[in-house]
Amino acid sequence: MQLQYFLLLAAALFCIGIYGLVTSRNAVRVLMSIELLLNAVNLNLMAFSNFIDPQAIKGQVFTVFVITVEAAEAAVGLAIILAIYRNRDTVDMEQFNLLKW
Amino acid sequence: MNLAEGVQIVSFGILAVMMIGTALGVVLLPNIVYSAFLLGGVFISIAGMYLLLNADFVAAAQVLIYIGAVNVLILFAIMLVNKREDFAPLRNAWVRPVFTGLVSVGLFALLGTMVLVTPWALSTQVSAGDSAIFLIGQHFFTDFLLPFELASILLLMAMVGAIILARREFLPDQVMSPTKQQPILTLPERPRELVSVSSDKSSNLDDGRRG
Repeated sequence: MQLQYFLLLAAALFCIGIYGLVTSRNAVRVLMSIELLLNAVNLNLMAFSNFIDPQAIKGQVFTVFVITVEAAEAAVGLAIILAIYRNRDTVDMEQFNLLKW
Repeated sequence: MNLAEGVQIVSFGILAVMMIGTALGVVLLPNIVYSAFLLGGVFISIAGMYLLLNADFVAAAQVLIYIGAVNVLILFAIMLVNKREDFAPLRNAWVRPVFTGLVSVGLFALLGTMVLVTPWALSTQVSAGDSAIFLIGQHFFTDFLLPFELASILLLMAMVGAIILARREFLPDQVMSPTKQQPILTLPERPRELVSVSSDKSSNLDDGRRG
């Protein structure tokens, strides 16, 4: 196994997440794309932790922190989606222009 | 990971195909319930990748937190906001996928070139393996103690914020009436209203009423 395989795979996952983040119109799908992005970053961290720093595995520690932050982000993001759905009666991202002008 | 090299290659290939396929399904499928279940597939294959990378503890944490908590949370959110609506068509709707696809492919090309060109300083030490969980615990309570405590504060803040945000809205004029005494240990909030489940699909999307 090589480091490059994992890095390429994480890059592909990151690009898929970027695509979904920009193009999707359902707000829940936007959150799912953000989770794809964070998982790609986690895969990078774990690959570096295994191949470059296998004795003091600091990459795994950082991955645990990223998982923590991601759980908090998912909870708050879904609460925001619920609140805005209650006000706007839609989950279309194009209708969410409360702070735009 | 004391598996043979060929076994590792084959499992990596299977996991990679599964991960990319399910991730594309998450992004591209029109039905969002399918997307949420395929997101679980992405998480499972990433947990398999972690096992290939000698990280048992983080793989278990990935399965527990992502599939057990986050994916279920997303499914509940989909159930709560599941209104079958057809989004209003945009002008020049083809522009955004095309340009985003170009940017994504370009970003992948850039990252791939960087990955392949860079001479990585690969270590030749033996991997920590089964003692990884002890090492993670030592990191948490010695040199990563402050971020560890901050993470707990962050989780508490997120929990309180999620409760406050998802609560129904607070109406001051109703609460000010002295006759209606709020029972202790409840938060004042707007009374529950029944959601119409009838086929009210032609309701106008544009008016942000109550907004």
